[in-house]
Amino acid sequence: MTMDTTTTPRSIIELKDVRKSYGKVTALHGIDATIREGEFFSLLGPSGCGKTTLLRLIAGFDEPTSGSIEIDGKPMAGISANRRPTNMVFQSYAIFPHLSVAENVGYGLVPKRMPKAEIAAEVDKALRMVDLSGYGDRGAHELSGGQRQRVALARALVMRPKVVLLDEPLSALDKKLREQMQVELRALQQSIGITFILVTHDQEEAMIMSDRIAVMFDGHIAQLDSPQALYRHPVSERVASFIGVMNFLPATAKAAGEGELALDIAALGAVTLPVAAVPEGISPAKVTKIGVRPEMLTVLFDDSDHAERVTEGVVVSTSYYGDMTYYSIVLDGAEKPVTISMRNTAGRAVAPVGARLRIGWGAESIVLFS
Amino acid sequence: MSRISRILPNWLGIYAVAFMLFLYAPVVLLPLFAFNSSTIIAFPLTGYTTEWFTVLWETEALHSAVRNSLFVGITTAVLSTLLGACAARAMARYRFPVKRGIVGLVMLPLVLPEIIVGVALLVVLVQLGVPLSLWTVIGGHVLICIPFAIAILNSAFASLDQSLEEASFDLGESRWGTFRRIILPLVMPGVISSLLITFTISLDEFIIAFFLTGTDVTLPVYIWSQLRFPAKLPSIMALGTIMLALSVLLLITAEWFRRRAARRQGLDVQAPGGFVG
Ligand SMILES: Nc1ncnc2c1ncn2[C@@H]1O[C@H](COP(=O)(O)OP(=O)(O)O)[C@@H](O)[C@H]1O
Ligand SMILES: [Mg+2]
Repeated sequence: MTMDTTTTPRSIIELKDVRKSYGKVTALHGIDATIREGEFFSLLGPSGCGKTTLLRLIAGFDEPTSGSIEIDGKPMAGISANRRPTNMVFQSYAIFPHLSVAENVGYGLVPKRMPKAEIAAEVDKALRMVDLSGYGDRGAHELSGGQRQRVALARALVMRPKVVLLDEPLSALDKKLREQMQVELRALQQSIGITFILVTHDQEEAMIMSDRIAVMFDGHIAQLDSPQALYRHPVSERVASFIGVMNFLPATAKAAGEGELALDIAALGAVTLPVAAVPEGISPAKVTKIGVRPEMLTVLFDDSDHAERVTEGVVVSTSYYGDMTYYSIVLDGAEKPVTISMRNTAGRAVAPVGARLRIGWGAESIVLFS
Repeated sequence: MSRISRILPNWLGIYAVAFMLFLYAPVVLLPLFAFNSSTIIAFPLTGYTTEWFTVLWETEALHSAVRNSLFVGITTAVLSTLLGACAARAMARYRFPVKRGIVGLVMLPLVLPEIIVGVALLVVLVQLGVPLSLWTVIGGHVLICIPFAIAILNSAFASLDQSLEEASFDLGESRWGTFRRIILPLVMPGVISSLLITFTISLDEFIIAFFLTGTDVTLPVYIWSQLRFPAKLPSIMALGTIMLALSVLLLITAEWFRRRAARRQGLDVQAPGGFVG
C-alpha cells in the first residue's frame, strides 16, 4: 500500500490502548484513536463516560494507568502539562480572578520570557481573534459568561498550541448564545487551522461543529466517524439512539440468494438488501432489528403521492414545532408507535389524532442491527 | 404564637442591652481612668491628664516587656500562619485517612482551657529539661494560635478553585510560578488576616506566657506584676488603653482583609459550574 500524503492528513495525536483507573473505578477501558492535524474532533457521550478523563490525560494533568499517548509523534509519558503542546479551555473557564483580561490572555507568555511589548501585541491579536478587542483592561469579574469563554479561548490560542482542548466550553451558556458560539468556534477553528478536541454531551453540538466524532459509552469508544456516517450508519442501537432519533423495528433474517439478504421486518414487510448494506461486524444471519430515522418515513397525504414502498398506520399523537410536525404513528402490525417527522407546508393542516395515513419508506434508508 | 412574638423582641432587646453594658462598660472605664488625674481608681473623676502616658514612656522595664511581646507576637504570627497555611492547604486539596480526626486534634486547643495547656506544657518542658525563655512562650502561643490560623486560612484555600492552578500549569507556568502568580495573590488577604489575628492573640495572652516565661516577661505578665502597686494602677490603665486601641485596630484590619479575600474569590462562585458532564 502506498501512502498518499496529499489526501491523508497527518496524525497529531495517537492514543494506543489508553486505560485509566481510579482505585476500583475504571474510567477508560483501552481507548484507541488517531486524531488528525487540523481537524475539529469531538468526544461525545453521556455524563460519566470518561470524556473529561481522556481530555485530562491528553493535557497531561493525569497519567494513564497503561497505554500510550503520542502528540505530534512524541510519546507524552512523563511530560507534564506545562511542557505539552496543548492548551485547555476549562469547563469553568478558570479565568484568573485577580488579573485583567489582558493579563489573563498574556499569562502563558510571561514564563516564555517574551518582551512586554511583544506580549501586548500578541494579546491584542488574540483578543481580536475572539472579538474582544478593547476589553484588555477589564477585570475578570466585569465579564459575561460568553466573554469569559472567549477570554479562556484567547488565553489558549495565544500560546499557539498544536492542539486546543475544550471541556464542555458552551454548556454554561444559554441556548441562543450557545448556538451562536458553536458557529463562531467552528469558523475560528477553520480559519486558524489548529486541531480542536471538544468534549461535549450534546450530540447536536458535536454534529454541527465536528469533522469527526468519537462516541463514548462507559469508558469505551463505541464509534469514531464523521457526523454523517454516525447518523446514517450507526454501528449499534446505543449509538443510533444517542445520535438523533431512531425508530427500531424487530426483523428476522431469511436465507437468500448470493450477495443478498432477505429480511422480514415487523409492520414494514419483506425486503431484500445487498449484503454490502450489512455493516461490518454484524453477520447477516444475526440481524434482529432495523432502524429507520423519522425523516426517512414519509406521510403520503395525497392519494397521488407514491413511494418505493407503502404501509399504513394510525396517528396516536402529534407535536407541532412550527417548521416541522412530529407524528407518533402505530403502523399496522406493530405494537409501539414510530416517530415520523414531516416538514410543514403552506397548504397542509396537521393530521388529527386517530387519522389513518399512508406511510412511504425505502429499503435504502434502513439500518441493520444485530 | 403571636403573643410570644410580641413579647419576645422586648425581652431580647433588654437582654441585648444588658449584655452590651456588661461586655463593654469595663472597656469604656479603661480609657476614662487612663486620662483621670487621681491615682485612685474611683468616681468621681478629678480631672484630665496625660501624665500616666508620660510615666509609661519613662519606664524602662515596660519597654523591654513591649519588645519581648512584639518579638513573641510577630514570631508566633509568622509560625502559626505558616503552619496553618500548610494544614489548610492539605485539608482543601488532599484526601487522607482519618482526616476528620486529625483536623479535630489540631483544632482542639481552641476549646481546651488555657490554664490546662499552660500547666501541661510547663510539666513537659520541665521534664525534658528545656529552659524557659521567650521561645517556650512562642511554642505555647503557636499551639493555641494554629487553630485560629487554620480557621481563617481554610476558607481562603477551600474557595481556591483547583482549575485555576491547573490552568496556570497548562499555560506553561511551573509549580513555583503558579504558587507565586496565582495561589499567593489569591490567599494573601487571608494570610494577612491570619497574621494580624494570631499576633493580637499572642499579644494579649497571659496564662501560657505566665507559666512558660523565663526571666524575660511579656507585656501582660509585666502588667500583672505591676498590679501589686496601687500607685502604678493609672499608668496600667493608660497601657491598657493603648493595647485596646491597637487590638481593635488590628482586628478591624484583619476583618477587612478577610472580607476582601472573600470578595475576590466570590467571583468564582458565580463562575459557571458543571453538574452536566
Ligand atoms: N479523580 C477521580 N477519582 C475517582 N473517580 C473519578 C475521578 N475522575 C473521574 N472519575 C470517574 O471516572 C468516570 C468518568 O468521569 P469523567 O471523565 O469526568 O466523565 P465525563 O467527563 O464523561 O462526564 C466517572 O465514573 C467518574 O466518577
Ligand atoms: Mg466531563
